[in-house]
Amino acid sequence: MTNTAGLVEIRWHGRGGQGAVTSAELLAQAAINEGKYAQAFPAFGAERRGAPVVAFVRIDSDNPIRVRAEIDEPDVVVVLASDLLRVVNVSSGLKADGILVINTPKTADEIIKEFHYKWALATVDATRIARETLGVPIVNTAMVGALLKAAEVTKLDSLIEPLKHRFGRLADKNINAMQKAYEGTTVRGKSN
Amino acid sequence: MTQRVGIEVSRAVAIAAKLANVDVVAAYPITPQTHIVEDLSEMVASGELDASYIPVESEHSAMSSCLGSVAVGARTFTATSSQGMELMHEVLYVASGMRLPVVMAVANRALSAPISIWGDHSDVMSVRDTGWIQIFVTNGQEAFDNILCAFRIGEDRRALLPVMIHLDGFQLTHVIEPIYLEEQGDVDRFLPRFEYPLPLDPDKPVTMGAFGPPDIYTEVKKAQDVVLTSSKEVILEAWKEFGDIFGRYYSPIQCYRCEGAKVLLMTMGSFSETAMSAVDAMRDDGHAVGLLNLRLWRPFPFAEIRQAVKDADVLVVFDRALSFGGPGGPVCSEVRSALYSLDKRPKVVGFVGGLGGRVVSIAGFREIIERGTRIASEGTEQEFEMFGVRE
Amino acid sequence: MTESEGKPTWQQIEIGAIITEPGSARQYQTGDWRTQRPTYVHERCIKCGLCSIYCPEGCIEPNEEGYFEADLFYCKGCGICARECWTKAINMVEEE
Ligand code: SF4
Ligand code: SF4
Repeated sequence: MTNTAGLVEIRWHGRGGQGAVTSAELLAQAAINEGKYAQAFPAFGAERRGAPVVAFVRIDSDNPIRVRAEIDEPDVVVVLASDLLRVVNVSSGLKADGILVINTPKTADEIIKEFHYKWALATVDATRIARETLGVPIVNTAMVGALLKAAEVTKLDSLIEPLKHRFGRLADKNINAMQKAYEGTTVRGKSN
Repeated sequence: MTQRVGIEVSRAVAIAAKLANVDVVAAYPITPQTHIVEDLSEMVASGELDASYIPVESEHSAMSSCLGSVAVGARTFTATSSQGMELMHEVLYVASGMRLPVVMAVANRALSAPISIWGDHSDVMSVRDTGWIQIFVTNGQEAFDNILCAFRIGEDRRALLPVMIHLDGFQLTHVIEPIYLEEQGDVDRFLPRFEYPLPLDPDKPVTMGAFGPPDIYTEVKKAQDVVLTSSKEVILEAWKEFGDIFGRYYSPIQCYRCEGAKVLLMTMGSFSETAMSAVDAMRDDGHAVGLLNLRLWRPFPFAEIRQAVKDADVLVVFDRALSFGGPGGPVCSEVRSALYSLDKRPKVVGFVGGLGGRVVSIAGFREIIERGTRIASEGTEQEFEMFGVRE
Repeated sequence: MTESEGKPTWQQIEIGAIITEPGSARQYQTGDWRTQRPTYVHERCIKCGLCSIYCPEGCIEPNEEGYFEADLFYCKGCGICARECWTKAINMVEEE
């Protein structure tokens, strides 16, 4: 389990339109509602649907966050689409004791065999969960649940308010998706 | 009740304009615009804000509409950025020359060419001499607070000047962070109703924007300069009262860990917070360094700067804009000339960096302070140095 | 100093150089500029008013009998009215 005291830096990888930026925003809002300091922002630049996108979250339980640069050395990397693993070096700069959270139907062992990751790894079939709970394969809220299983940077309950605010009448389905993904996430420790 | 909310800074700026109960928003909603005017247009459309939203056909028209709106005595707000502000350039002078207190949020970004949508202060410096009150903000809270202050300052009878609030593009405009959103009642207490003393009024006709032939133009410009310079009093007063009501106090220059500092770094905007972390790290290592965060850009705070640097040996100024073929950074060159007449003054060393979205890290600022100190003792032929450029 | 006599100092300039006296442009005697003046052959005038529309000073109005004539306080002698009048009812003559 990743250290969640002090400053935690989280990088989200997705594709334009998948909602990585929304995930980042919701998480930061939940942390701020808990009285913590937090920051969320997209990779600075033009937005293009379908293109690989990155979003960032910093959470600090004690101190205001003064750094505003993009996160090069994250504690946690969340990947919304596993096909990105082949396209983008998602683990770039990931701290040695960091963790990768990946949306994939595969097991952690299969992923490690294929990509030789040396970090702790959390896997979840968020696409399936999203289809079952939302009826569409939009995994942004599910992946927030997966992240919280892998690294408890905020309480799961703290997301409920931001989700309600954001999704209105679709909130309950999204809360369900998040909770299902939280339960369905398998965390595997760091491999030697 | 005051709420601590996780919100994108642009959206908080829109809320500040709403709390100020603006009457008119005129803007041209295209890249590089932000959520600021987008949110305001939604608030007007939904009836949440009782105002006119004028979707004009260009930034030039946006500012022109704002002038007409203030001229009839309406509280007026707009937002722009980089190229957009360049297109409204000529009208900016008209706003200040006619003494029409528009409030404008500027998402600071680089200017083309090459095309860049990323942040720096090229756009700020291109409008330096337009006669507007100009304030840099360091974070989202300062952006929210200073939009409220801007109306109070600009619309004060002793000022009646347009005000720009400069907030860094992306680093501030696109970031969600905790911001205290204040209550309507308190805002109303802080912000009196706007009453323009000589509005356009069919019952009491006046002529605005008339010819200024050579026998009058100089006097008009002198009056304009005096009022901009003396608006500092109004600004200080507004900041003081804002602090008394809301508990957050602002000053033309924020001196961060300057006690006993022999070496001072001056920065502006969101980079100042990164620079503070560099100062903390160096202080921890026993170096007597401090940071001057420049907030008030116009009117230029001569007295405060002279006071702040009086015990320092070295002042390193970091600019995010470049005066091509000139003295380097515009802020540095103004600071240098502000100190020139003093008998005892620090050596001033200028750096230019952070252009077009280039990040300067904590380590980067440390390097700037250290290198600046070395240049100050060894001397240099160069007017300034570009930081972080590949050679 | 005689040059600046009666002219405002910078302290006396109104906010934004606003002119508070309505219609002060009326005091401007553009008639001073004139080297030629319009004269009229009323027999030819059909009172169409075209001259008054074209006059850049807007200083042509019908007199008591309905004939269009220039107010010489403002008429700057440009001759546009004479050129545009289709019945040739206006002739420009040199000012003495
Ligand atoms: S244009 Fe000629 S005809 Fe017509 S009103 Fe004038 S002077 Fe008379
Ligand atoms: S001469 Fe020119 S200014 Fe005079 S009345 Fe004719 S058109 Fe008007």
